[in-house]
Amino acid sequence: MDDVLIGRLLTGMTLSFHIIFATIGVGVPIVFMVLEFLGIRNRDAHYLTMSRRIAKGYTVTVAVGVVTGTIIGLQLSLIWPDFMRLGGQIIALPLFMETFAFFFEAIFLGIYLYTWDRFKNQWYHWLLTIPIVLGSSLSAVFITTVNSFMNTPAGFDFVDGEFLNIDPLAAMFNPSTWVRVFHVVVTAYMTIAFLLATISAVKLLKAKFTEDKTYHKKGLKVMMSIGVVMALLTMLAGDLSAKFLHEEQPEKLAAFEWHFETEERADLVLFGILDEETQEVKYELRIPWVLSFLAGNSFDTEVKGLNDIPEDEHPPLIIHYFFDLMVFFGMYGLGVAIVYFLVKWTKRWTKINEHHPLLLYLYALTGPLSFLAIEAGWFLAEMGRQPWIVRGYMRVSDAVTQADGLGITLIAFAVLYVILGITSIYVLIKMFKDKSAEEEKLNWYGETGIESEDVTGGRLP
Amino acid sequence: MMSLDYEIIGITVLWSFLYLYVIIASIDFGAGFFNFYSKLTGDDNIISPIISRYLNPVWETTNVFFVFFFVGIVGFYPDTAYYLGTSLLIPGSLALILLSIRGAYYAFNSYNTESKLSWDALYGLTGLLIPASLSIALVISEGGYIEETAEGLTLNVEELLFSTYGWSVVFLAIISVLYISSGFLTFYANKAEDEKASELTRTWFLIWSLPTLVITQFVFLGLRDHNQVHFENAQNYWYLFGLSLLSMILAVFLVWRRRNYGTAFILIMLQFAFAFFGYGISKLPYILYPYININDAVVNENMAFALTIVFVLGLLILIPSLVLLAKLFLFDKDYVKGNKKY
Repeated sequence: MDDVLIGRLLTGMTLSFHIIFATIGVGVPIVFMVLEFLGIRNRDAHYLTMSRRIAKGYTVTVAVGVVTGTIIGLQLSLIWPDFMRLGGQIIALPLFMETFAFFFEAIFLGIYLYTWDRFKNQWYHWLLTIPIVLGSSLSAVFITTVNSFMNTPAGFDFVDGEFLNIDPLAAMFNPSTWVRVFHVVVTAYMTIAFLLATISAVKLLKAKFTEDKTYHKKGLKVMMSIGVVMALLTMLAGDLSAKFLHEEQPEKLAAFEWHFETEERADLVLFGILDEETQEVKYELRIPWVLSFLAGNSFDTEVKGLNDIPEDEHPPLIIHYFFDLMVFFGMYGLGVAIVYFLVKWTKRWTKINEHHPLLLYLYALTGPLSFLAIEAGWFLAEMGRQPWIVRGYMRVSDAVTQADGLGITLIAFAVLYVILGITSIYVLIKMFKDKSAEEEKLNWYGETGIESEDVTGGRLP
Repeated sequence: MMSLDYEIIGITVLWSFLYLYVIIASIDFGAGFFNFYSKLTGDDNIISPIISRYLNPVWETTNVFFVFFFVGIVGFYPDTAYYLGTSLLIPGSLALILLSIRGAYYAFNSYNTESKLSWDALYGLTGLLIPASLSIALVISEGGYIEETAEGLTLNVEELLFSTYGWSVVFLAIISVLYISSGFLTFYANKAEDEKASELTRTWFLIWSLPTLVITQFVFLGLRDHNQVHFENAQNYWYLFGLSLLSMILAVFLVWRRRNYGTAFILIMLQFAFAFFGYGISKLPYILYPYININDAVVNENMAFALTIVFVLGLLILIPSLVLLAKLFLFDKDYVKGNKKY
């Protein structure tokens, strides 16, 4: 294998692994922020226990997120030194800001996790979630601006292979920044809401501790509420992305859609199999004119086709499949969440409970499918930028390291991720398997739960 | 408008963060090792609670100091990404793997229902190997191990493997981890009014002070052989190294007489500060001898300005947060003693 391919595989592998934990890292804080708020306001020990248990499990995923994040941070220089030498001139600012955001989060997360019983007034403890949510979401924002710069570079003059006259803010807030940041953040929130909904659904299906039913039902309701809002926002983000790609990165949109001829009234192609030689698509579901509409809110929008783009700048056409997967897995969550609320609101007439086992199976799939959507979305975004590392300025093949030993490095990291993945699943399962939520609730908040007159908000005496 | 010397600002900021990382990470790495060691000797019931009470809330923060340094250096001096990135592919990846194992297994072990000795071993032992592998970057920065030809860069691995200077730095890194960490734990255990624990850590500290003294001499000798220019330059700053030695003598004296462990730890920090900044200043203007010189490798002016602004703003948020963290877990007597259900 050549070094470019190994370098890409290694980076792809690290990112695919990191993205799981990074998504958890961005999404979970907002969940325990909401749950603890509900718990304190309603004096409901269930919600407090829930936020506490989730925060406990979160620490394990944070640890893996931190170490894999460190890996990707350094791997950029180790695998793509020429890119960092050139790009370092310009992405230094957001990378630096990301570190600050992460620093901020790390400090307050440490405090949050070890001060559950330390404040007289529980609202003080809740306030700690603000810097955590800010820090984790802002680090996603800043790092996404870096990736956006690689897709739509801006804010410099390119003279003799160097970036000159750099405007750091223009580079950071390049054309694709806003739409991508929005997309990344809301999908992270959505995915985590569905992940936790999955846990509630599975626990309701296979209750080991029957006394936990109320707890999991409450959990499911909160997660579905967050999930449905975030899924709607995700749809909006997806629509904005299509319009943005049409304007700024037409080759990517054309490759998503196997769109070869530049034309108005372009069709939206779903699924199908492509014969690359003849440019013929078989077994597809073709929705007439919709691509034009998605790209520009009008059927008359002219959508650029791949045949008008130089062949050596074509992204790989396989990304169409990732596009399909992302859209369908993402929409699945939205659909199921809507079903949950419809059934819940109409149960008086239909006599079907929103916790019907069949429905629970449907809810249980939302988490894993949302994660698959995230992975597919990133594969799509990153492979769709090929062959460029900085679109229009530097090719991936010119950026890879000249050092020997990429092959062995690839193997070593693959082994590492397998081990880390297995151990974190093992620890997480062990952490919750033998302890019912009810038992922990009693342990933390006592027999009576929280008395309504208890002004301390449930702090143990 | 006054023109700012960004290359000096950049390197001062980064060097200070690297210094802080050396101190904080040493405490962390050493604590992990002592935790494992005490399980082997059966002293773990004395010392492990103290160690975990300190480490649990701060371990993530430690890691950020490191990330901060490498993001900062690539930001201020993008050439370092090219030279160090290319030459450190293997040693850098090794350090990353060790760091990941340590960070992850530390968390796995502390949040698992019962801790496992094999996991203690994983994060205890990697804690000593990480400083060793990271110090390779400092060794390489002295020059002589990288060759730049028309084909590109090559790291002369053989030269590196048989280098006296290289090995003395590696051992210095390992020994100072144990020295700094035992010094801190003596202070922390004493603050917890845990006499047994502080006696144990005091012994460890006294044991490790002698090798610390010896190995620093080797580093100087190694540097003289390896990079004459740097060695001679270092002599101009003899007083910094003298102050470092003086701080060490005072620190060891205080600990030996069982007095003022807090002051003793400050002296240990000063000891390393003098030596670390003395080494750093005498190294200038080179970041990587002779390829990266801070005067011509600094990032362009606009970016350097933006980075400096962000850095100042960042510190305005970070310092109070770190103070809060320290107040809650380092200087709160009840927490340190393990009183109450914290």
